[in-house]
Amino acid sequence: MSDPAVSGPAVRVGGGDGGSGTAPRGAAAPRARHARRAKSPGGSPARPSRGAPAGRPASLWSDAWHELRRRPLFVAAAVLIGVILLMAAVPQLFTSVDPYDAASCRLGDARQAPSAAHWFGTDNQGCDTLARTVYGTRNSLLVGLSTTAVTVLVGGLLGLVAGFRGGLPDALLSRVSEVFFAIPSVLGALLILAVFRTGTVWTVMLALAVLAWPMTFRIMRAAVIAARGQDYVVAARALGASGRRIMFRHILPNAVTSVIVVATVNLGVFIAAEAGLSFLGVGIQSPEISWGLMIADARPRFLEAASPLLFPAAFLSLTVLAFIMLGDAVRDALDPKLR
Amino acid sequence: MTARPHQVPLRRGPPAIRETPAELYERLVLGRYIIRRLLQAIPVLLGATLLIYAVVFALPGDPIASMYGEKRMDPDIIRIVREQYHLNDPFIVQYWHYISGVFQGDLGTTFAKVPVSEIIAGKFQVTLNLGLTALLMEAVIGVGLGFYAALRRGRAQDTMVLAATLLLISIPTLVTGFVLQLLLGVRLRQGTGIEIFPISGVSDGWRSYLLPAFVLAGTSIAYLTRLTRTSLAETLRADYIRTAVAKGMPRRRVVGRHALRNALIPLVTYLGADLGTLMGGAVITETIFNLPGIGQELFRSVYERQQPVVVGIVTLLVLVYILANLIVDLLYAVLDPRIRYE
Amino acid sequence: MPPLPAWGAPESEPLLAVEDLHVEFVTRQGTVKAVNGVGYALHPGETLAVLGESGSGKSVTAQAIMGILDTPPARVPKGRIRFRGTDLLGLSEDARSQVRGSRIAMIFQDALSALNPVFTVGSQIAEMFRVHRGMSRRDAERRAVELMDRVRIPGARQRLHDYPHQFSGGMRQRIMIAMAIALDPEVLIADEPTTALDVTVQAQIMELLAELKRESDMGLILITHDLGVVADVADKIVVMYGGRVVENAPVHDLYRAPAHPYTRGLLDSIPRIDRKGRELHAIAGMPPNLLDMPPGCAFAPRCPYRQDDCVTAAPPLHRIGSTRGSACHYWREVLDGSHG
Repeated sequence: MSDPAVSGPAVRVGGGDGGSGTAPRGAAAPRARHARRAKSPGGSPARPSRGAPAGRPASLWSDAWHELRRRPLFVAAAVLIGVILLMAAVPQLFTSVDPYDAASCRLGDARQAPSAAHWFGTDNQGCDTLARTVYGTRNSLLVGLSTTAVTVLVGGLLGLVAGFRGGLPDALLSRVSEVFFAIPSVLGALLILAVFRTGTVWTVMLALAVLAWPMTFRIMRAAVIAARGQDYVVAARALGASGRRIMFRHILPNAVTSVIVVATVNLGVFIAAEAGLSFLGVGIQSPEISWGLMIADARPRFLEAASPLLFPAAFLSLTVLAFIMLGDAVRDALDPKLR
Repeated sequence: MTARPHQVPLRRGPPAIRETPAELYERLVLGRYIIRRLLQAIPVLLGATLLIYAVVFALPGDPIASMYGEKRMDPDIIRIVREQYHLNDPFIVQYWHYISGVFQGDLGTTFAKVPVSEIIAGKFQVTLNLGLTALLMEAVIGVGLGFYAALRRGRAQDTMVLAATLLLISIPTLVTGFVLQLLLGVRLRQGTGIEIFPISGVSDGWRSYLLPAFVLAGTSIAYLTRLTRTSLAETLRADYIRTAVAKGMPRRRVVGRHALRNALIPLVTYLGADLGTLMGGAVITETIFNLPGIGQELFRSVYERQQPVVVGIVTLLVLVYILANLIVDLLYAVLDPRIRYE
Repeated sequence: MPPLPAWGAPESEPLLAVEDLHVEFVTRQGTVKAVNGVGYALHPGETLAVLGESGSGKSVTAQAIMGILDTPPARVPKGRIRFRGTDLLGLSEDARSQVRGSRIAMIFQDALSALNPVFTVGSQIAEMFRVHRGMSRRDAERRAVELMDRVRIPGARQRLHDYPHQFSGGMRQRIMIAMAIALDPEVLIADEPTTALDVTVQAQIMELLAELKRESDMGLILITHDLGVVADVADKIVVMYGGRVVENAPVHDLYRAPAHPYTRGLLDSIPRIDRKGRELHAIAGMPPNLLDMPPGCAFAPRCPYRQDDCVTAAPPLHRIGSTRGSACHYWREVLDGSHG
């Protein structure tokens, strides 16, 4: 780090900035990369990065990827999510029973303890809990992924507009988001679902997204406003870059990181919310399979036969855990200051 | 002159002067601030109730028909009831009738002529008890654990606390509810013969709330623990903490006084905003533990098509949210003298 | 490093003596050797200026004296800090906090961040009396007002209950000073006390420090990177570079004829009236990397007097007469060059 005060014709020795810091300059230098990134997630396009080929705009993502691969938290989350995705895509790999086939359940076998035939036991209808749990993954993931996608798109886009334009659009959008924020989300979703009468993956997604977009909106808006004040954005503006170019080339890539972190964590939260709504009877409806629905079905005989409730509960928890761990790891990699 | 809203009268200067012009000014500024914040809350209240009203309006089925069940009704009576409840008016007019009532403190009546406030009051009390107990647990456990972890940052205990919060955040209420009900409520009773944690209903007084409140607070406890840990750790790195150490202050005082006051500021914000979230999210906990709260009531009202009750409940919760946020803002200014009520 | 030459008043025992002090920071990138065998001494009533750029180890040394280094990552593998004959590093944490604040006090660079934003300045000053002396709140506040008067804060009584952000930068630094001198410390360490202030305010603060020192027998350690600040107030100067003392001397000797190339470079970079028209000199190169110190003299890469042996052998602190020292193999040449 060259210090103009030392090499230049000035009275002062050193910068005087770090003079009373606990760590000496030598210790600060290797960390400067982190400190700068913490201030401006994304970094300036011109900043060269270790590991990125020369000449290409350095990306925060390649840095983050290097960080991530070395973190056990991320590796664990990624493996877990990989298995969950596989389970959702090809449940047949994990069980030979097709729970959507009514013939697979025998009432006479109801509430059996886990055994070689039924690893997770059977439920009140005599259906195989393992098969139902595995097949339930798809609906949970569909709700989680689609709700996240919609909130990121809607909230993110509106936040980008509000933060970038300011003025009246910002004031209006902010007020509207406040209104949605004030409505309790579980009760609100419950009401919206009651309007549809029958719950499906898509109505649950809609109910959750309607109430959840303001969170993404706020984060995106705040990030854009922060990015707008950054020196390189001011510089780009001064150089005559167009509004759209500034928005998409300079502001968006920086603002999007914080949205992604929150979106990853929210994915887990939406999956849990789906289970909650389905448990209450307003979410996904039978004969579709959902972990929340399974928990609700098992509830009346819970004290006699806990396994039809505990296994979907465990899968639900693990799935949420995986996404929250992923969110934690991504946040740590993108914003080391919060570690 | 800057606002110093929390000036303790004991510590004022000469006792002869009751209130300096500056202090009088501050008091006026504070009053104006509260009024302005309340006015700002009105559009939020209007917007939220309008939205809810619209959703309830769109609910399928006929409220009068559902009220009288399968019986065939005299069309004249139906017409009279419909007029009485403005059911033939356009949506926005109906909403106007409703909201002007709310501003006069009237939440309306059900189609069976029972005041909504009467129906909600008891249920609201249950949910409020639940929410406040949960908030208390959250504050005590969350701040305690967060402090514990922050003061042992990087050590094994810190890592364990972090891992525990990760688990607590990940396990949905639905799961903690049933698992704790089984382990603490049922198994413990079977093992010891003593019922420590009642698992259903509210017949055991405050003890009935312990387990449900913990379940409800679970995720919040974890978030608050993390927030406390970060906030305190950040505060402990501040220059003024180094000054306090350099002044020869004992460690207890450095942490308990100099760091605490500063570290508390973001925590108060989180806690205040969380009361509304806890109460609004209580429906699953109430269902698991059979607590007759507003979540349960809302659930029933939706199916019985008691629109006034549904709207009333949500309106109340929005009010709780708005008031909690106002209190947070005021507390914020009390804790941080740099904040002005401008 | 050989024992430090005793300079100043040799007949009196030094009030504070730093001897062969080493401080390192353990980081993920490696061990940063921030202080590598620093020694200096302070006598009662003396003002010692410690001069150096960021990373020279001057502040870290001061923090080691105060015992406010964060351990970890910092550690002190070697050295002694003798205060009135007792090695502070050997004391228990309890005993050290008795000394800290009451017998050795410190003021920091940025008073806005160094004062607690949520407490009134009155309570922050009064705290010294309440905690160290066990005074009642009323007595402690009375003493706080006296102190605020003493550091020339106008309307002290009325401003007792104001918060730090309600004061100007200069006034805030006065409050820091009031806090530091509250218990009549024997040693006051001022770490760049004026760096964050306007030039006019800087002079006032320096004047205040000089005045307070005249009123008592307090020893003052003035840490700075600003040669201009030093000339008027200091009795002696210690110049630090790369975690070592490179030169020490009475202030006038050093100004007249520096004995180390680094000091010489610093002096040459000051614009001076009597050298008007001559080109200002800049020290080329960059400060050393404390993670990877060269085996020889830390200044060698930037030194115009460099010879081959400078890169291989670190020069000891050579004694020059009875009052000076220079850590340069070629101090004679530097000294001669200065005279010429």
